[in-house]
Amino acid sequence: MSAEAVKQFEELKDQANVVAAIFSDAGYEQIVPSIIQPADVFLDVIGESLRGRTYVFSDPEGEELCLRPDLTVPTARLYLERFPEADTKARYAYNGPAFRFQPSGSEKTNPREFFHAGVERLGGMERDIEDANVVAILVEAVQEAGLENFRLKIGDLELFNALLKALEIPNRWQTRLRHQFWRPEHFRELVHRLSSEDQDAVMTVPPDLVAELDPGKPIEAQKLIAAYLDANNIPMIGARTLAEITQHLLEEVEDVRTEPLSTEAANLIEAYVGITAPPRAAGARIADLIAESGIDLAKELDDFRKRIERMAEAGIDFANAEFSAEFGRNLEYYSGLVFELNVEGMTDRFPIAGGGRYDELLQTIGAPHMVPAVGGAIHTERLLAAVKGEL
Amino acid sequence: MSDKFILAIPSKGRLMERTLARFEEVGLEISKSGHERGYIGEIKELPQVEVSFQSASEIVHFLKNGNAHMGVTGEDLVREYITNADARVSFLKKLDFGRADVIVAVPRCWIDVHRMIDLEEIAVPFRKTHGRRLRVATKYMNLTRRFFSRCGVLNYRIVESLGATEGTPMSGAADLIVDITSTGTTLEANELKILDDGLILSSEANLISSRAADWTGISSEIGNEIIAKFGD
Repeated sequence: MSAEAVKQFEELKDQANVVAAIFSDAGYEQIVPSIIQPADVFLDVIGESLRGRTYVFSDPEGEELCLRPDLTVPTARLYLERFPEADTKARYAYNGPAFRFQPSGSEKTNPREFFHAGVERLGGMERDIEDANVVAILVEAVQEAGLENFRLKIGDLELFNALLKALEIPNRWQTRLRHQFWRPEHFRELVHRLSSEDQDAVMTVPPDLVAELDPGKPIEAQKLIAAYLDANNIPMIGARTLAEITQHLLEEVEDVRTEPLSTEAANLIEAYVGITAPPRAAGARIADLIAESGIDLAKELDDFRKRIERMAEAGIDFANAEFSAEFGRNLEYYSGLVFELNVEGMTDRFPIAGGGRYDELLQTIGAPHMVPAVGGAIHTERLLAAVKGEL
Repeated sequence: MSDKFILAIPSKGRLMERTLARFEEVGLEISKSGHERGYIGEIKELPQVEVSFQSASEIVHFLKNGNAHMGVTGEDLVREYITNADARVSFLKKLDFGRADVIVAVPRCWIDVHRMIDLEEIAVPFRKTHGRRLRVATKYMNLTRRFFSRCGVLNYRIVESLGATEGTPMSGAADLIVDITSTGTTLEANELKILDDGLILSSEANLISSRAADWTGISSEIGNEIIAKFGD
């Protein structure tokens, strides 16, 4: 180990002690989840960009494993090992290595092997208080570690989902819009496509066949499609059955026959994702935006405002904070609050800390019911670099 | 300082023939030194150049590591094997041969699927019914990952296929493929169709220089001379 590496090691250790003390004093239990994790679980729940950067390998028995790319999923798995019924409240803290391939090469603020120090709160029912506590303790931790200037960015995936629901957009379109939410270009294109007359879903299937298909009569439809395939010498190959193909085709047909997204709705969605505002003003901005459209988000906006107030009560200073409607973390498992701490000199792609609410994750990986959960972690190498002004 | 300029060119088949012909056209005659089946050659007009005959994929690694100053190989292989290709090599000249498209193809009987985003839509019910993800057979693991991710397709699994990829949907080893195609006849024979927006890359043979190579001394001069021969 070079002298520099030894120094960095010592400094990281000191920083870790400061952060760990804050977590312990607040009543979080220190845990050490496994570094090697089953690949499947991760690949299922993390977003594709992280999936492509996860170190995956097989052991001699052929089991597919990975080096954990974050500690949230391992923490959730550990919780389920301890409490298979997922009926207990838990507050965990950790400081441990995570691993991510760095396509542009490993560097100081983007090492392929780094430490995440964070907290996770599982099973807490009072969401606004839980959310505020997580943000507050991470802010406190980076401040104690010596970071003075940083920006807090907040987003809310639940508000966005509620907006789609309130607009009475067909379920399949909602799924698609949610799916593209964090890819601004695709998202805009999709909104545009859904709101135009020509939905292009007419596909490679001839219009006269499409015209005959009746979503209410799947068996009839299946026969028609089989006849079409026969007439065109298209054999059935592969695992997908005629029934599956028919079902999806009928959904597409329904799409074509559905009224396109109204211009008002499309504009509203675009205006919504364009909102950035100080957290305390954001609620009013959103309320103004939807006031004329006649949709009702009163409950969700109320929850949002309450959460912001809880954060203020928990001591978070909003002088350097911003709400961004478009901000949705690039991890598939987030479902509500999302947040990040950024510093000058490092792009927003590399936050010092970040996290959010992930109410659906535990059930996805095996809990018998939904478990409300929220957490966040500090990228310790970046924090150290930022504190030392070495960006 | 390097005293030798290494040029890596394909060692086999039509790629080699076309490369030699193309160099000859611009006035650079490549000949094998010593035994005809050897792997070293020279250029009469540029005696400081050592020509190294390699497989097309090996050339990519030579360029990546700087073991060759310049080379001729397909863009598909470069983009597959070098993350951040544009930072590590420069594409100097398209050579008008070795054309092949890297594409996404699915069974023709999937008449409900014609765009990339459709894949994501069928992926979820597919998984529920079959208890596994859609399998994509390819030798282009990295190109596939990047392209699928850009298109918002997440629910799939890659199975590595090093030959006869087009046959994998028919045999049941995979559900769809990412592969190269030049005419499309093999795809048709295997009852596959290309997705409307399934063109990942239009590839052809390129003259490429390595940024990692040692460009001190005479190398940069020779490099410029070769570039000048090929013109704009």
